Amino acid sequence: MAHTASRDAADAIVEVRALHRHYGAVRAVDGVDLEIARGEMFGLIGHNGAGKTTLFRMLLGLVAPSAGEIAIDGVSVTGDGFRALRRRLGYLPENVVFYDNLTGLETLRFFARLKRAETRTCLPLLERVGLAHAAGRRIREYSKGMRQRLGLAQALLGEPRLLFLDEPTSGLDPAGIRDFYAMLRELQATGVTIVLTSHVLAEIQQRVDRLAIMAAGRVRAVGTVASLRAARQLPAVITVEAAAGARERLRAALAGLPVTVHEGGATALAIECRPDLRLHVLGVLAGMADAVGDFTLQEATLEDVLFAADGGPL
Amino acid sequence: MSFDFAALATIAGKEFWDRIRSLWVLAIALLFTVFALAIAYFGGAQQGAVGFRSMELTIASLVSLVIYLIPLIALLLGFDAIVGERERGSLDLLLSLPITRSELLLGKYAGLAGALAFSTIAGFGLVAVVLSTRVSLAGLAAYAGFMASSLLLGCAFLSVAVLISVFAADRTRASGLAIAVWFFFVLLFDLLLLGLLVVGGGQAGGSALPFLLLLNPADVFRVINMHALEEVGALYGLATVFPPQLADAALLYGVLVGWCVVPLGVAAWRFRR
Repeated sequence: MAHTASRDAADAIVEVRALHRHYGAVRAVDGVDLEIARGEMFGLIGHNGAGKTTLFRMLLGLVAPSAGEIAIDGVSVTGDGFRALRRRLGYLPENVVFYDNLTGLETLRFFARLKRAETRTCLPLLERVGLAHAAGRRIREYSKGMRQRLGLAQALLGEPRLLFLDEPTSGLDPAGIRDFYAMLRELQATGVTIVLTSHVLAEIQQRVDRLAIMAAGRVRAVGTVASLRAARQLPAVITVEAAAGARERLRAALAGLPVTVHEGGATALAIECRPDLRLHVLGVLAGMADAVGDFTLQEATLEDVLFAADGGPL
Repeated sequence: MSFDFAALATIAGKEFWDRIRSLWVLAIALLFTVFALAIAYFGGAQQGAVGFRSMELTIASLVSLVIYLIPLIALLLGFDAIVGERERGSLDLLLSLPITRSELLLGKYAGLAGALAFSTIAGFGLVAVVLSTRVSLAGLAAYAGFMASSLLLGCAFLSVAVLISVFAADRTRASGLAIAVWFFFVLLFDLLLLGLLVVGGGQAGGSALPFLLLLNPADVFRVINMHALEEVGALYGLATVFPPQLADAALLYGVLVGWCVVPLGVAAWRFRR
């Protein structure tokens, strides 16, 4: 790839600049700038209609932008180099539906021929996603989870360097999800860049390196989960079960701090504090350990980050 | 942008083998064989004669059957070519591969046309083999013309079907549209022309009428086969109403080829946008 600049762009495999896609008056994607680094696992989250599917389809060259630019590995997705580029891409659409009348192996061979990948890699790929036993069965007999695995095998044809996975774990059971991410980590270790969407935020937040939150056609926030939490200053909640008769003492001790205290039940206190004050609050509690029966610390989840990004200005 | 014939062939191959495996090709071929043999041997039963009479009369009867059947078969074969993939959700996947929209569309058409051609040639060809010992060379030539024009008729309506499959929003609408197209070209069109003729008192529209027939591939198919058969041509009195410039077989075949190419071209243009 010919890169003119030596700055970060050399490490960005996906570069999106001022991207728009309008359908009449609807601004499905309304000015998105995004860089995804080579080798990272990147999550794209947002509610239905946030624009992530449209963004995904533009990244794949399935929909032309109304305005703006997309470069993948420094190349335009719809330009002359699109064939060479697409051989290095893997795509798993949401709710993938294959041809009912073909077997798993036939399906994979069909896509391998279109992708100019070696058809003899098909069986090993089926083994890799745990479908070797069903290679000769027709897809109409496949369960949702099996179809999803077949979809992943299809995306891995031709050893792609960049994977786009749209809701890849839908239909998988918890064990399947664990195996799935284990496989993604193996791929990532070999230098593959992975871009995935998910609405199961709890699942994605432990696994991606960085993520972008989309709402109303715009990227509202990009970063690591920790940096997003910190930037939002979303409160952590420390719930304290006070020892008998000690609740008022605790309240008094917390009175000087910039925290919000709610009473819960007969003896509990819920202390909402900024993330950077957590240690301080815990220090106060530790200093009066005789007053504390028990406590829990609850961090803001990605869901809270998402709703915060969705609801108000940044 | 370059054109990748290998990609087209992969798409076409899948469509073709799908129809072979689902026994669609076999069923249609059998249908053609049975109808053709029945008409050849029992076509004259109403006149009290059972048995093979002549190739010309057989073709004449076959034409009036095939003119309903083949457009319907072709429309049903192709109406969901694109909209079906779209509805299934596999279209995005196909288009994310190193293949252009034109290659996908033309590959679909080629594969489906191949299946239709295979059925037509096998189905009617078998009948030709059965009858070959009892028919003159001229009769066989006329029958070959009938097969070739049947094939083109099928390809023309398949082209229209693929056009429908690109424009239609969903499969249900596509199937409705396909039936409507069949109804229009096969049943309504001639009635409209007849109405035009009557309203015009047989004068105004009279000279333009034969040219209007060129707008309907089914009519072109009929004219091709009626003209090839002198005996039948006389029967229909065609020679008296038909301007000589339209009796040119090359022109008529050319029009059918146009009906294969133009709707497909519009479909490809639309699909690329």
